[in-house]
Amino acid sequence: MDRFRGLAVLALIIVVLPLALRNSYHYDVAIRIGMNATMVVGLNLLIGYAGQISLGHAGFFGLGAYASAILTSRYGWPPIAAMISGMAAVGVIAFVVARPILRLRGHYLAMATLGLGIIIYMVLVNESGWTGGNDGMNVKAFSIFGFSLANERAWYWVTGAVLLVAIVLARNIVDSPVGRALRAVHGSETAAQVAGIDTARYKVRVFVVSAVFASAVGSMMAHYVGFITPQVSSFFHSIELVTMVVVGGMASTYGAVLGAAILTMLPQLLSRFEGYEMIVFGLILMLTVIFLPRGLVPTIAARLRKSD
Amino acid sequence: MFRSMLRTTGFALAALALSAGAQAQAPIKIGSVLSVTGPAAFLGDPEKKTLDLYVEKINAAGGVLGRRLELYTYDDGTSAGKANTFVKRLIEEDKVDILVGGTTTGSTMAMVPVVEKAQIPFISLAGAVVIIEPVKKWVFKTPHTDRMAAEKAFEDMKKRGITRVGLLAENSGFGQSGKKETLAVAGKYGMQIVANESYGPKDADVTTQLTKIKNTAGVQAILVFGFGQGPAVVTKNMGQLGITLPHYESHGVASEQYIKLSGRAAEGVRLPAAALLVADALPKNDPQKPVVVGYEKAYKARYKQEVSTFGGHAYDGLMIAVGAIKRAKSTDKAKVRDAIERTKGFIGTGGVVNMSPTDHMGLDLSAFRMLEIRNGTWTLVN
Repeated sequence: MDRFRGLAVLALIIVVLPLALRNSYHYDVAIRIGMNATMVVGLNLLIGYAGQISLGHAGFFGLGAYASAILTSRYGWPPIAAMISGMAAVGVIAFVVARPILRLRGHYLAMATLGLGIIIYMVLVNESGWTGGNDGMNVKAFSIFGFSLANERAWYWVTGAVLLVAIVLARNIVDSPVGRALRAVHGSETAAQVAGIDTARYKVRVFVVSAVFASAVGSMMAHYVGFITPQVSSFFHSIELVTMVVVGGMASTYGAVLGAAILTMLPQLLSRFEGYEMIVFGLILMLTVIFLPRGLVPTIAARLRKSD
Repeated sequence: MFRSMLRTTGFALAALALSAGAQAQAPIKIGSVLSVTGPAAFLGDPEKKTLDLYVEKINAAGGVLGRRLELYTYDDGTSAGKANTFVKRLIEEDKVDILVGGTTTGSTMAMVPVVEKAQIPFISLAGAVVIIEPVKKWVFKTPHTDRMAAEKAFEDMKKRGITRVGLLAENSGFGQSGKKETLAVAGKYGMQIVANESYGPKDADVTTQLTKIKNTAGVQAILVFGFGQGPAVVTKNMGQLGITLPHYESHGVASEQYIKLSGRAAEGVRLPAAALLVADALPKNDPQKPVVVGYEKAYKARYKQEVSTFGGHAYDGLMIAVGAIKRAKSTDKAKVRDAIERTKGFIGTGGVVNMSPTDHMGLDLSAFRMLEIRNGTWTLVN
């Protein structure tokens, strides 16, 4: 029952929220929260549940974004076909690189995924004949069966629906034998292997799933903004995504959503600090990690349980 | 004594009257999204400082149309996606009257669809030609383009009877854009690019590429498109290889640093550069002289830093905006847009601006000066 309660609350928030959104800027922030949350829910499977760090997921986001941009603008593909092809291609790429990369642990895994992200970034910058290089490229508006998503309101509902679907998918994985296997890997990989779990296979799978999530959101973001630059796959974006997982709470799907919401809104709220925003931002992150090391949602949930 | 007191009182009264008048009316809101942090911070930082400085100056002088200017700036951290959010915020939340900003081409282009939809005049501070080609109704820009730099270099080569050029472009955003534009306009000037090589911005040795260019049959000059220390390495290597072909650089090296790093090898190098960088070397009758010297003095006095052309772009953008608001006698968005499009003979740091419905930048090749390095310093060529 517990899993439906969370979902129902979130669905209710999504339905009621437009009452508080006064203009397209407010919608824009809400849409970005939704998209980031979708991606972080996927990334959380890898980082939070399986305990494998990735500092290169913005690379997959970028690949999805550019797949959509290039296939729709240069080859006239319908956006949905471009998006699905991008997801498939990213899935294959992630699958191929996952085995060698996920054999590494700790710092080495961090380095390898970091390198992967940087390689993708360099390719996007240097293949300027395809990607427009550093100056970026235009992306057409998203349309499906002749119906196009032209304004923020339409995007809001699509993003909300996609987020809910992503959460259902993620929860299903978490609550399945796969999810238990992943948590076993997180606890102790050696112990998991002794218990007969093919740890490599599960790690590869979850890596591919999280990469495909990233690619899908990349495609959506590209169509939504209408213009992309290789910065979407930069190292800083990867860090931002990992931070969302950590602040919200590792191994907590709704924590990931909250993390995405907080880290998307903070820069907007802090923008008045003119130049000091990075300091305030850093301070908030530090305090979170020091006082809420498990992230917001798990810590608060544990407090509530104790007081019961 | 008495007279000076009287004068002071008079000034105070006038100022009071002015500020009272200014307060009576709503301020004119200028919105700006700049890349103050992130990879493009070296562009965005002087832009923000310039806007801050001149908005303050204009307000101290009584504002525009008797109204105060109010500046709203957001830092996109060199992310086009964030620029897209912030421009919505400026339009919807802050309800600005005009936009001056957009440090990078990426940020600008991510703002363009929003701006066109909201129908608000927007003066970009980014370089690429795509911003104004094709012409977008509400979008203007102040910086000269990389294409103009290539054209200026070709113009000078033509005068010297050079037609076959070896191109050496840096592997950076700047270098790649330069390469694209150079190849695009070569035909127009009857130039033949007989060699086309590239190098990395951090390469410590470029002699291989240079030797290849040197050995190309019929090459008459070398054009290098790069930024920062890369071109200095190229220049030194050319000196070591004893290449005596006429050597052209782009506006990307127009800083003292380049001469210092290249040493004697830089002698005789020619490059197109904005007037701002050679403010002191400009002849007295140059129309841009008072503007660039004035800007340079004001900026240095406030921030104790060297001026850069990027800050100059922001100065030009703000002044074009203010001029248009004055001529439109209101902040009505459509009227201000039309007034910007009719900007004629505006003398900025980047050159003389003559906008038209088909040209939303309004600069011609005279915006660039041809410089030659002689005795370790910039000298204007003809």
